[in-house]
Parts: sequence; structure tokens; C-alpha cells
Amino acid sequence: MSAEPGPLEAALRNRRSQGGKALVPYVTGGLGDWQATLSAAADAGADAIEVGIPFSDPVMDGPVIQEANDRALAGGITPQGVLDALGRLDIGIPLAVMTYYNIAFRFGLERFASVLAEQGVAAAILPDLPLEEAGPWSEAADAAGVETVLLAAPTASDERLGRICARTRGFVYGVGLLGVTGVRGELATSAVVMAKRLKQMTDLPVLVGVGVGTPEQAEEVCQVADGAVVGSAVVRCMLGEGSPMAVGELIGQFRRALD
Amino acid sequence: MTMTEPVSGRFGDFGGRFVPETLVPACEELEAAFRSAWADEDFRGELNRLLADYAGRPSPLTECHRLSEELGLRLLLKREDLNHTGSHKINNVLGQALLAVRMGKTRLVAETGAGQHGVATATAAALFGLDCVVYMGEVDMERQALNVFRMQLLGAEVRSALSGSRTLKDAINEAMRDWVATVENSHYCLGSVMGPHPYPWMVRELHRVIGDEAREQCRRLLGTDPDVVTACVGGGSNAIGIFSGFVDGDAALVGVEPAGGAAIGRGVPGVVHGSKSYLMQDEHGQVLEAESISAGLDYPGIGPEHSHLAAIGRARYETVTDDEVVAAFELMSRTEGIIPALEPAHALAWVSRAREELAGQSVLLNLSGRGDKDVDQMMGRLVTGGGRTE
Repeated sequence: MSAEPGPLEAALRNRRSQGGKALVPYVTGGLGDWQATLSAAADAGADAIEVGIPFSDPVMDGPVIQEANDRALAGGITPQGVLDALGRLDIGIPLAVMTYYNIAFRFGLERFASVLAEQGVAAAILPDLPLEEAGPWSEAADAAGVETVLLAAPTASDERLGRICARTRGFVYGVGLLGVTGVRGELATSAVVMAKRLKQMTDLPVLVGVGVGTPEQAEEVCQVADGAVVGSAVVRCMLGEGSPMAVGELIGQFRRALD
Repeated sequence: MTMTEPVSGRFGDFGGRFVPETLVPACEELEAAFRSAWADEDFRGELNRLLADYAGRPSPLTECHRLSEELGLRLLLKREDLNHTGSHKINNVLGQALLAVRMGKTRLVAETGAGQHGVATATAAALFGLDCVVYMGEVDMERQALNVFRMQLLGAEVRSALSGSRTLKDAINEAMRDWVATVENSHYCLGSVMGPHPYPWMVRELHRVIGDEAREQCRRLLGTDPDVVTACVGGGSNAIGIFSGFVDGDAALVGVEPAGGAAIGRGVPGVVHGSKSYLMQDEHGQVLEAESISAGLDYPGIGPEHSHLAAIGRARYETVTDDEVVAAFELMSRTEGIIPALEPAHALAWVSRAREELAGQSVLLNLSGRGDKDVDQMMGRLVTGGGRTE
């Protein structure tokens, strides 16, 4: 474990030490006016932002983010294009890229990690790279100073959760339910259970995502969790011709619910 | 190099378990359950009884006299087309369904391309009284409407995959998403030697019967192994099944890919659908859409053990065009009275093209499925002249 927390972990710890709850929205890179949306999200009170690098086969994502991927890819976005844009952006909060392992693998693991670092990206989330397969990437990321956030799912034993908490960087990403990303009518009881199990296990910030789709659901899970990741609700707003301002307003509603 | 259990789910540099965290415990549970079942004589006995009494095994070995004469070689067919449900797919699904019951699962999820694996899974689900959902690309549902109805007759629900290329790769994505949400009561009955560990190993073991039978049959007929063993390759299950009987001998092993879906022919190593293998992808790592005449081979990837066999030079992989496949489909129908599925017609297309290289040799071809499902499509192409370029 590195002695000093990276910028993502530091920002989330900072929010927690002030008695607050962290809000991390997800924005699909290359979708519509995504760069202005990132600025609007930061202005609306996001603690960090997950930026999706679109992939052709996003198995952990539901219909909303799939469509966002398809549209962004049809618009010609490339991984390098997303990263170059992030390097030019200065919004004052840490960024994490969220993509699938083949994107990093094709890029070259060490090169991907060093480009992330060069472009000022704090962290990476690769949802199809579980603990057992994460070694080569995590080493490359550690060496470049990039935080690798691992997911923790309701199906894991306590023993497994312990190993995930030991290897994750930045925060531990609790998966709120059995299923892929998407907005549900109610918060699954598994989301709070997941947060409780993780909180008992680690001092790292515990954020819950997947199935956290409304400000009320975010507030509910943050009774226990240190924060929430909100993806499909944000992307649905973007897909529905939501202007950066409209997305900012939505994120503002989440922010107020958590404050 | 006997095909043994892969160490840590790896075949050389290929394989692994690249799945969402939610599925890792399910893959571990499945691996342990299969290892235990495969070592259990009662399980093996029950499966063998089903393969014999229900599926009709052993499948015959047919020597093609007229076609052999025409091609100038000795062609033998392993008749997986004569199995119940019309293809080799039944071997795998009977094993996985039996395992699902043993694990206490009540629902099978499957993907299908041509519909053969979907039909086989729906069949096994009916036999064991399990719920069954089959994902199929929207494009494939149109190409294989008969198989869609067949699955529905068998009591399965067929759901269309609407994203991406709307073919097999997208059906696999949908099946995996379903499994992420239903893992507690569902078993993902994956139809090929691909996906996360233990699937490439487990599905190979369940199809090993093809190669084991064929080796004995060849030795009775020829007194030895054939010179060449060939099979079509999409994900690669029928090919692995027959290769597994000959990999330790001297026979040349030749997998035949469609030109429009040639993972080894046109791909580079990548990671999709749970394992590292050769993959058709662009320079940025986006998976390309496969396109061929045969829905069952429209897959941009390939099972990891094939990538390993290619990398170490134990098997070679050739590609054939749609036109060559159509010609082979007609050739086998007319000279042997056997209408092959379009998938194994790929293997015959290669044999036909390579006839000079193969002159005088004995060639064992895995006839992995029968062509009834393709008759409608071929009628459109051959009778009404759509797309024929001869």
C-alpha cells in the first residue's frame, strides 16, 4: 500500500472528514457535449467524476449506457480522443476513467497507465477485470501512480471482500445489486447491506453504485456508505438531449440530497 | 500434449476469467462443481446413458465413396448431424443441464447464433424441467426463424439481442448480463469452448466424446489415425471435441474459419466475453462485427485453446469464403445424399480447395450439424439466384 493516498482517495477522504457524503457521477466520454458536462458536474458539487471510455461490448452495463456507448462510438470517439480531451480539461476535481479491459490491453498496459498519468487522470475502473486477473494492470497502474478501483459485489464472501479491500485504490466500489448498471424504481436492500459489510472491513471510502438512480436512493444508501456513484441517471439525461446545464441541475439535486 | 485441465484456467497465454466481479464466485462454484461431477462415476454414468438413449450416441463414421473419388482423397465424416436436435451441441447441453440440476439451479440461460445451441439448450431444459431463456441476435432471429419457433415449442423464451451487430456476440453480452442479475438461481449454459474459466475446459470435456469415438472408429476402419482431422471453427466447440481425440497423435489438425469471422486469420490477441484469445478488433480495441453466410460461425473471437493450439503450431487455421461454402454445401448434398449445415460446409470447402495438397490422404471431417435449418436461406440464394457468384 502506498504511503500517501492518491488524489482520488484524498478527495473522498476529505469529503468524509468534513462530515459529508461523496458524489461521483458518471459521464460517457464522446457523448454529446460531454466536456462541458464534466465542468457542469464539477460546478454542481461532484467530488470526482467517472468518465467512460466507450467499448463495443460493455457487459456490465444496462441499456442506457449501452446506447451511450453506441452513440459515442458512432460519433467517432477513440480512447486516445477521450484521454487527450481530459488532459486539456481543468475542472479542479479528480477524474477516473471507466472502461473495459480490452481497451487498456490493446493500448498496452504500461502505456495506458502512463498516458492516464500524463493526462492528469487519477484513477481507472475496469469492471471486467476481477481481482485474480488484475495483477499485471495493477502493477502498471501503481508504477504510474494511477489508482485502480476494484468492484465488490454482493456475491463475494467476507474473505473475498477483504482481499478486494486490500487491493483496491481510491475507494472500494460496492455493487448495489445483482445486475448491470441502470436506474431502478427502488434502492435494493442489497445496496445498504453491501455498504455495511464493506464499512466493517475497511477504512477506505466506501461508495456504492449500480442501481442508485435518484437523489432519494443516493441519500438512503449514504446512511451507511461514504458516497454514491450515479451513472445511468446522468447518462439518461445526456441521451435525452440534456444540456450540460440540465445535467448540472440533476447532479445538483443529488448533491443537495446528500448534504 | 494431452489436453488436460488448464492450470489456473490458462491455455498457454490464453484463457483466464475476465468477468464482472459479481460472476467470479459463480465461476468458482461452477468450476468446483464440474470437477467434482466429472470425477463422479454416477454423474458420468448418467450422462453416458443420456448420450446413448436420448441423443443417439455413438454417432456413426461415414466413408464418402463418391465424394472421395471426386476429390481424390479418402473422406470420412463424423456424423454429429445425426444426434438428437441435429448437431453436436447436444453433448454439451446434456452435461451442463445435468450439472445445473446437481448444483440446485432451476433456470438455464443461453446464447445462440444459428439456433442450434439454443434448440439444444431448450431441449435439455424441457427434459429436466428447467426454465429456459435463450438470447439471440435480432438479425439471427430473422435468418433462423424456424429455430426460434422450435425453441418456443420446447418451452423456452427467446429474447432478442438488440445492441451492436445483433448477432451471436451481442447475444452472449445479453446472456452474461442476465446471468449477472440471476446468478443465484440460474446457470449460464454457454454453447462453445469460450468464455471465462471453467467453460473452455468444461465444454471441451463434454465434447471430447466426439474425438474419443472417432479415434476408435478410424482405427477400426483405417487401422490407424487419419492423416488430417478438420472441422469448422466459430467459437470452436465441435473442432475442439474432435481434435481432443487426435491431438496426441500425428494427424494434422485443421480448423476452418469463415473469411468474415476469422479470429485467428484476421485477429490479434484481446479480451472479450471472459477470456483472452485471438479476436477481430480495430486498432483501438473495439470488437469488430463478424459477417458470414453462417449464423453459427458469425463470431469475432475464438475459444482460447484454439489460440493456444495455433500459437504452438499443433493446429492450423484456414479461411474460406461464402461462395466456396455454398459450392461445398451443394457438392455434399449431390454426391453423398447428406445436406450439411453451412457450418461444417466450411470444412468441406477447405478440403475441396486443398484437394491437391491432400491427394491420396485420409481426411476426417466433423460433420457438426445437419442442413435442414439452412434450406430456406439456401433456397433464397440458389433458386432465386440471390448472391450466387459462379
